[in-house]
Amino acid sequence: MSTDARTGAISIRNVTKIYDPEGVNVLAVDDCSLEIGAGEVCMIVGPSGCGKTTLLNAIAGFHSLTFGEIRLDGEVLCDERQPLASQGADRVVVFQNGALFPWKTLGDNVAYGPMVQGTLSKAEAREKARDMLAEAGLADVADKYPGEVSSGMARRAEIVRALINDPKVLLLDEPYRAMDALTKSIMHEALLEMYDRTKVTIFFITHDLEEAIFLGDRAVVMTTRPCRVKTIVDVDIPRPRDYHLLSSEEFRVLVEEAKDAVHEEALKAFEAGERELA
Amino acid sequence: MTGGPVESVPGQKPEPPRGAALFAYRAVRAVRTTGPYLTVLGIGAWLVLWWLFSEVWLLPRFEKMPGPVAVLTDLFARDPFQGISIFTAEYYEHIWVSCRRILFAFCIATGVGVPLGLFMGWSVKFRHYTFPILETLRPIPILAWVPLSILMFPGFEAPVIFLATLASLFVTTLNTMLGVQSIDESYFRAAGCLGSSKWQVFRHVVVPGALPFIFTGLQISIGVAWFSLVAAEMVSGDWGLGYLIVDAYMNNVTVPMVIGMVTLGFVGWGTSALVRLAGNRMMQWRTRALALEGR
Repeated sequence: MSTDARTGAISIRNVTKIYDPEGVNVLAVDDCSLEIGAGEVCMIVGPSGCGKTTLLNAIAGFHSLTFGEIRLDGEVLCDERQPLASQGADRVVVFQNGALFPWKTLGDNVAYGPMVQGTLSKAEAREKARDMLAEAGLADVADKYPGEVSSGMARRAEIVRALINDPKVLLLDEPYRAMDALTKSIMHEALLEMYDRTKVTIFFITHDLEEAIFLGDRAVVMTTRPCRVKTIVDVDIPRPRDYHLLSSEEFRVLVEEAKDAVHEEALKAFEAGERELA
Repeated sequence: MTGGPVESVPGQKPEPPRGAALFAYRAVRAVRTTGPYLTVLGIGAWLVLWWLFSEVWLLPRFEKMPGPVAVLTDLFARDPFQGISIFTAEYYEHIWVSCRRILFAFCIATGVGVPLGLFMGWSVKFRHYTFPILETLRPIPILAWVPLSILMFPGFEAPVIFLATLASLFVTTLNTMLGVQSIDESYFRAAGCLGSSKWQVFRHVVVPGALPFIFTGLQISIGVAWFSLVAAEMVSGDWGLGYLIVDAYMNNVTVPMVIGMVTLGFVGWGTSALVRLAGNRMMQWRTRALALEGR
């Protein structure tokens, strides 16, 4: 991979998002600022429906923001003049429920990006897709459709589909939410292995604290709606990491530290009882 | 090649059967389930009841209905008593004329309806233009169009095809539109962040994503085409299964009437089976996933 570790810095400055689904303004994100370094694994942690996904949607160009600005490597993605960022393959999303095209084989799914962008011919894209799937241990299933493989394999293929574009940022929206603990730990190791290879900036939304500490360079704990940065837990654990880390003392301490902050917000969210926003 | 399941050897992935071997495997598996026997039993019971009602007990309301023995005797007679059997050329002419009309109507309706529905589902603007018109025309029964179609089109052929086309067009368009609307938003987003242009989204997301709904619609639409065709042939026509039925009635011969109805049933079944087959071929991704779920 040729991804330069010095690209992919995201700067979120004073971002506010107001939804008005029924004529009543709902403040989803309130004056939120966050600097994410190039090549950082930034874990966004917060109670369900707090507005984490709203931030991701603004970066990816799915939703507009109301105030503030977001920059990628110094260039403005969206601000008040252009509230909706244009969508592009420099910021690829891996979705909560998985969004591999069910009508394309895993190989064709991975080849899709370079093919539609015209950076590679169809045959070249297919070949590169095959190589990258093989690298991720998915050589055998390249000709299968997503409906024929396990959710773990599909999710890994989806990450490969993102990486083939050499993105500056990988945006993951609770990608392992529906998985059992064992599959999850395998997915985590695969993701870490991939990160050690590519050093792509990762913006990872989760509400699983252990996941956040295990994977991240920082775990950013968000407040409940409206979403703001509550506290940032720095994870000074050297890479490469493996699952033995999960039983170490320093890991436990960091999880506890984050847990106190998140628990308080989760309680507030629960008491407010508001419906989650998309 | 035997039709038995592939033995799995530990540590080695068995090669799944293909082509003839797969067909043989499926045939053997089908024969081992109760399904085919129940079907035969069901058809048999239905024939027996028909026979008892109309030929043995002569129940009220059934005494004028030709029974299965009378119908089958005539259908397979070299010299049919009431004029129509599998040995007469007219029988095939009726089937052929109806099938040809269906072919035209179904192809036109699909060729117009699928693109129309795709655009209606894809573009909100286009939907605002067209949807109210579709919804106003759709509930008008096809028989209400008969006078207009006779005024508009010359001869026997064009009005009949027009009516069948119209009926199946509405079904195809509506189903296709709903098919596009049923596509999960995340596929559009994924396509967008992977760098697709608008047309690439249309080609790689909208069209394949709507296919399951399109084929459901096509199965319904070919059925609708058949029944509006027959209605049209009854009103205006010189050949065709609908004409055969109404002509037999006019001439007071009831056996060809029932022969026409039964034939219509089988031919209609065959055409929907063809549509289903085409759908399964074009949607391997779906067929294979459903097969893994045991369906």
